Amino acid sequence: MTERMSGETDALAGMADFVVVGAGVIGCATAYNLALRGHSVIVLERDESIGNGGSSRNGGGVRQSGRDARELPLALYAVENIWPGLSDELGADVEYVKRGNLRLGKTERHLEVLQGLARTGVEHGLDMRMLGADEVREINPYLSDEVIGASWCPTDGHANPLRTTLAFYRRARELGVRFVSGVQVTGVRKLHGRARQVATTTGIYEGDGVILAAGLGTRLLAASVGIDVPMHGLLIEALVTEMEPTMFPQMLGTADADFYGHQTAHGSFVFGGDSGLEEANGYAGGVPTSSITAPAICRSIMKYVPRLADAKIVRTWAGWEDECADGVPVISSVDEVPGLTLACAFTGHGFGISPIVGRLVAELACGERTTLDVSAFRYDRFRAWA
Amino acid sequence: MSDDLIFRAGGAGRSTLSPAPLDRSKGPGEFVPAPDDDVLVCRCEEVTKGDVRRAVHDGMYTMTEVRRYLRVGMGLCQGQSCTKLVRRIMASELGVSQAVLDAETSRAPMRPVEMRVLGSEGDAREGDGR
Repeated sequence: MTERMSGETDALAGMADFVVVGAGVIGCATAYNLALRGHSVIVLERDESIGNGGSSRNGGGVRQSGRDARELPLALYAVENIWPGLSDELGADVEYVKRGNLRLGKTERHLEVLQGLARTGVEHGLDMRMLGADEVREINPYLSDEVIGASWCPTDGHANPLRTTLAFYRRARELGVRFVSGVQVTGVRKLHGRARQVATTTGIYEGDGVILAAGLGTRLLAASVGIDVPMHGLLIEALVTEMEPTMFPQMLGTADADFYGHQTAHGSFVFGGDSGLEEANGYAGGVPTSSITAPAICRSIMKYVPRLADAKIVRTWAGWEDECADGVPVISSVDEVPGLTLACAFTGHGFGISPIVGRLVAELACGERTTLDVSAFRYDRFRAWA
Repeated sequence: MSDDLIFRAGGAGRSTLSPAPLDRSKGPGEFVPAPDDDVLVCRCEEVTKGDVRRAVHDGMYTMTEVRRYLRVGMGLCQGQSCTKLVRRIMASELGVSQAVLDAETSRAPMRPVEMRVLGSEGDAREGDGR
């Protein structure tokens, strides 16, 4: 058993088959899948609100293109099998739109980057190709003359991450999952060699299995049982416009990654991006968000979609990505700590794959054969240079 | 409405004391329709009192969650007209004091700004003669 941290209390606050730490989209989707299997589940959330981390702070992309080859099978599966029926399955509109992703290029170097992404996609069975300047404009007539080509993946799309997260939460809760928010988790404790207890400042929660889906917070909690996942915080910022007339349904991105975004069901445009100074700002220990970022995103957008220059920004916000050292998540059981399952380090692309990840994590936690091979996401894959 | 909901003392970000966690398995009971459920509370996004009350029964227990669930307060006025009303309805439905609900988050910009204006920083700098 690990040493007790200050502020913990030993009173038993709850028991269930599984205890999930983190009520973001991954934790909520996992709890939902466990409840579908008939298990009792407790979900513990540090924040007062459900899904208040990266789950409510991302661009809502449901994207297969541009993904790492290891992650692509998860995205393909989710788009083919889960996203189209998710609103019906959860009984709430998640605003899923499957109308393609254009990744735009303005220079020859950009087009080389896009060709590389398209090659990776095609090699893994994704319907993806390069478009010339004219073809791009047939799909999206609002693009500037600077755009000389794009990669096109017609089966990509977008959804509303706020509604999706809350839909998983609502359905899981209807299925009997007990959610406790505003609870400070301090560590995982082993009993007879198995992860069984989650210690908090207000009592112990106990289960046959413990699942850590707490974003960056997972690192500290996994460390309490001697496991480390190399990840760090990366700040992303986003903005939303007021309602605009319907313009185009595709998700937009760029070879330069200077912005990404789409028009929502509501009519507003949501765009994300950065200023390039996030790392330095974050490390300085002060407020990591910056007033120069939203203007930088606006300048990028206007170069690609000039018509949006008159769109009014109503809100800006920021959030932390749990950036993994090798750019893909950890979705894994832990050999040294039976009963412990990790789902973290999603590196800013967790939302699009969240419906299948929730299922895979539930399967891992239950010791079932997983729907897809998850060996590329093991916690012990990280190696030093030498 | 039930009395056994346990809320964090002071709400989000208002207290550094160790607050009680919010157990969401304890609900506000059955939804009972009311004659004034059709009253609009958020004009920008056309959200009614009944929508807010039902959201509480769907498990939305904080101002932040209701906002994301219904878009209430996310329209053009950014909640300047409806926030107090929504807070009152939520507190009443949950059977708690308004003071324990989380503070709504205000975000930049203060009022809607065109992209060409917000993004004009670079032009202004060039104008400085640097």
